[in-house]
Amino acid sequence: MVIHVDARGCACPEPVIKTKKAIAQEHDEVVVLVDNKTALENVKRFAGKSKHQVTVEEVEDYYQLTLKK
Amino acid sequence: MKKTALIGITGGIIGLIAVALVYFGNPGNMGFCIACFFRDTAGGIGLHRAEVVQYIRPEIIGLVFGALIMSLIGKEFSPRGGSSPAIRFVLAICVMVGALVFLGCPLRMMLRIGGGDLNAIVGLVGFIVGIAVGILCLNKGFTLNRAYKLSKCEGAVYPVINIGLLVLLVAAPAFIFFSAEGPGSMHAPIILSLIAGLVVGGLAQKSRFCTVAGIRDTILFKDTTMLIGFICVIAVAIIGNLIMGTFNLGFEAQPIAHSDGLWNFMGMVVVGFGSVLLGGCPLRQVILSGEGNTDSVVVIFGFITGAAICHNFGLASSAEGPSPYGPAAVIICLIVVALIAVCNLKKTSKA
Repeated sequence: MVIHVDARGCACPEPVIKTKKAIAQEHDEVVVLVDNKTALENVKRFAGKSKHQVTVEEVEDYYQLTLKK
Repeated sequence: MKKTALIGITGGIIGLIAVALVYFGNPGNMGFCIACFFRDTAGGIGLHRAEVVQYIRPEIIGLVFGALIMSLIGKEFSPRGGSSPAIRFVLAICVMVGALVFLGCPLRMMLRIGGGDLNAIVGLVGFIVGIAVGILCLNKGFTLNRAYKLSKCEGAVYPVINIGLLVLLVAAPAFIFFSAEGPGSMHAPIILSLIAGLVVGGLAQKSRFCTVAGIRDTILFKDTTMLIGFICVIAVAIIGNLIMGTFNLGFEAQPIAHSDGLWNFMGMVVVGFGSVLLGGCPLRQVILSGEGNTDSVVVIFGFITGAAICHNFGLASSAEGPSPYGPAAVIICLIVVALIAVCNLKKTSKA
């Protein structure tokens, strides 16, 4: 199952909290959208700590992170 | 690893520059204080008439431009806003009241600890309690809703205001106030303050340094990256003050501080709580304002308004202790922040 998290426009630390809540659920992958580098770095760091592999794709004016176990 | 090093270096340089600014004329343990500097600036442009705290602080102008330049270099200048501006404005006023009852923003709290001021340890405990309460709200789904992209022109407004402030500071027309005595009269030369702000602003933009995040992320995500910066500020400030002979361990007779434990604690509870809801500490708000974040600009306008309220209403503390109205103001602010928190809890199951 793929869980989608749209954290665009969210202030610190909401993108990471939303990601944390998503990966606490049953999932195959979690797709997170963020729109600034700070959120990108924070979610990436959190994903690394919670043993997920991250791929980042730049789409238009935001970033799409795919987290896999 | 690289990130941790950058945060550590940023913290260390902030500590170092802060001690140097005091050596060159800033008030004791006030190399940097975002709350005090907005209070002085508010006084400088006559928004309050407390004669001892009136001076347009160039450090703030430097911070804004340091962050602006660094964000332009890193292609991160991105004007955005519209995330509950009125609520942010009110939260910022509350944070300023808390900070001026304690007598310092979280950054000055760290610098006070670095100078041996044990009252700041009491403040730190309050700060942590406030952050913990804020985290509880975040976990329950607190949000001020999304920010949206805005025009480059909107993002340029605050930096341009700062150019205006710099011109007023240097030109010193008769309608601008300059303290003749007290903390407002104590300052490093303009050019040094400006350069100090530029360096710290650039580093803080690059590293995302935030005094609230250090404690918040440690509790919330067991992520201590930002805490390293927090510790480095204090460590370097201690070493610097020891070298300069300005380290003075104790509660009594500390520079621009009082030793009323309860209100040092309560003031910083409001600062910690409010700052978590705002998404970052006062320094971080200044940095974000330079990146084009107009929600942070609204927060800064709230800080300036809050500082004016504090001195017009006599809420700010002095070296003797809290003012007669200070404690009541802190309680009211705590209630306002709590109400804002409760009113903005959202179910987050939709993510």
